[in-house]
Formats: sequence, structure tokens, C-alpha cells
Amino acid sequence: MTPWNMTDIPSMMSQMIEVTVNGESLSIPKGTTVLALLERLNVRSQQVAVEVNTELVKKARHSEHQLRVGDQIEIVTFVGGG
Amino acid sequence: MEDVPFKIADRTFQSRLIVGTGKYPSHAIMKQCHEASGTELVTVAVRRLDLSAKGEAALLHWIDRSKITLLPNTAGCYTAEEAIRTCYLAEELGLTKWVKLEVLGDPKTLFPDVEETLAAARTLVQRGFTVLPYTSDDPVAAKKLEDLGCAAVMPLAAPIGSGLGIRNPHNIQLILEAAKVPIIVDAGVGTASDVAIAMELGCDGVLMNTAIAGAKESVRMAAAMKKAIEAGREAFLAGRIPRKAYGSASSPIEGLVQ
Repeated sequence: MTPWNMTDIPSMMSQMIEVTVNGESLSIPKGTTVLALLERLNVRSQQVAVEVNTELVKKARHSEHQLRVGDQIEIVTFVGGG
Repeated sequence: MEDVPFKIADRTFQSRLIVGTGKYPSHAIMKQCHEASGTELVTVAVRRLDLSAKGEAALLHWIDRSKITLLPNTAGCYTAEEAIRTCYLAEELGLTKWVKLEVLGDPKTLFPDVEETLAAARTLVQRGFTVLPYTSDDPVAAKKLEDLGCAAVMPLAAPIGSGLGIRNPHNIQLILEAAKVPIIVDAGVGTASDVAIAMELGCDGVLMNTAIAGAKESVRMAAAMKKAIEAGREAFLAGRIPRKAYGSASSPIEGLVQ
């Protein structure tokens, strides 16, 4: 799940924060924005909608919205349905 | 009777068939089904992105949005709050304020929770959404949804995915008699004749997913559904003969050879 190996970057360990993305916990550097998170996860911003703590974060704000410790992040997309 | 255009809110559609995007054998077959059905409006669901999936083509890649309008649904929601939240996610994803409102009340039958549906519809209409609610075949509920400002009302024929066909045509007829917005039968049709019956009753359209996606030959069934919509609509406009208890000869009674 973690998209990069934390042992490679020990100097950043003290600045890592825990968040939850689609129900899975994830460590990310402090100050990570929604856009940076999506880039880390190889997700194209245009193909998803993002909620942080049940509040929608619109695309225009992805680059400025910084994630905080314990944030519950939902990344959703369109799937087949009736 | 002269036909009137199939108009929902400010949009006019040539096809009266609304089709889902779920449960097809593949995205490629789904696309072929959409083409064969002639649909111009398809439902999509909002779900968590599978972060472990690699290189899976996005659903929207398989929908020609120059011909087909998206109708995001709130499938799987059990409260008005969840449904409203989903509508905002859908708006962000699809840049549309159109939504198929579905608030379920029972996981076994998938019957709607009409109370929650009404609450969600009220809020969504106030917030500028074009709301097409899935509801029970209850004429009172249908009228309430219309009065709240829903753009169409979509009573079920039978439980979602059941293929049982129109269980209560009399209720659908009562809904139609009172309605001033389009009435679209949503859920429960199993085959072409079910669709024809809905259209013969005077419904404005039919929404289906499983009946096409689950057929042995999905693309052929999609084409059959297109014909059923057209045949049913034509029969409705033509005006059927009244049902009689006894025979009425088609050939002259006089002039028989002696």
C-alpha cells in the first residue's frame, strides 16, 4: 500500500504523519497536499473526487489543501452501476 | 396520438431507454450494448478508487460523452445524508448536477426507503440538482417527489435485478394519470415484453441494467430492448383495443357459402 519505502528516507521519519486513504492507513510527509498525495499514488487528479473527513475538496484546491494527522481521505471515481 | 419529445428538465432525448454500466462481461461489451440500445443517458456509480489496480481502463473511456449523457447514481446509500454526499462527489467527478437518487431501505429486496428518498430529494432540489429518484410504485410517494421538484419520477417495476417485470401495472397507471413530469420505470424488467408493457401503459421511458448486462447475449438483448421501447411507445400512441370477455369476428358474418 505505501507507495514508497520509508527506510529509504530516514531523515524524514520524524516528519511523517499517519492518515487513512480509502480505509488503509498510510504514512505521508507532513505538509503533503491532496495533489501531492494523488501524485504519490499515481492517480490522475482529473479522474477522481476527493473527500477529507467527509468534506469534498474540489480539484481547484487540491494543490493547496494540506493533509493533517489522522485525516480520513476518500478517493472515489465512477464505476459501472445501474 | 402524436408523439411528444422525451424531455427531462431542459434536455430532450431521442431514445427513451436509459441503460446502466454495471455487470457487463467487459467494458467493450458494455460499449457495444450502449450503441445497440441507442441510449443517450447512462447511469454510473460512485465508488472508492481501487488503489491497487494497475492500468485498468477508466469506465469513462468506454462512454462516448458526445452522444451519451452521464446520470450518476447514489446506489448503495441507505440514508439521505449519504446520498447527498455522493451527489456532490458525482458532481465533482462528472461535472453534472443530474443524479439518479437511490436511497435503499432493505438490503434483501433493495426496496427504496421512501422517507429518506423524499428528504434527500428536497435538499438536492434546493441545491440545484436535477433529481431523478428511484422509488416504490406508490402513487402517493410519486406525487410527493414530483411536488418537491424532481425532474422525473422513477418507480420500480420489481426489485432491482430481479427480472420479474411489471408487478403492479395498475399502480404504474395511477402514477401516470397523476404525473406532470416524466415517469420512467426503473428496475425489475427482465426481457423485451416487460419493457413493451411499461411503454404501452404510457411510461415515458425505462431504465435497465441487469436485463441487458446479464443476458446470455447482452448486445442482442440491448437491440431487443430498443425495439421493445419503440414498439411499446407506438402501441401506446396508436391506442389499443378495449379488452372484451367474448369473441368478436374479424371476418364478415354475412355471405358465407351455403
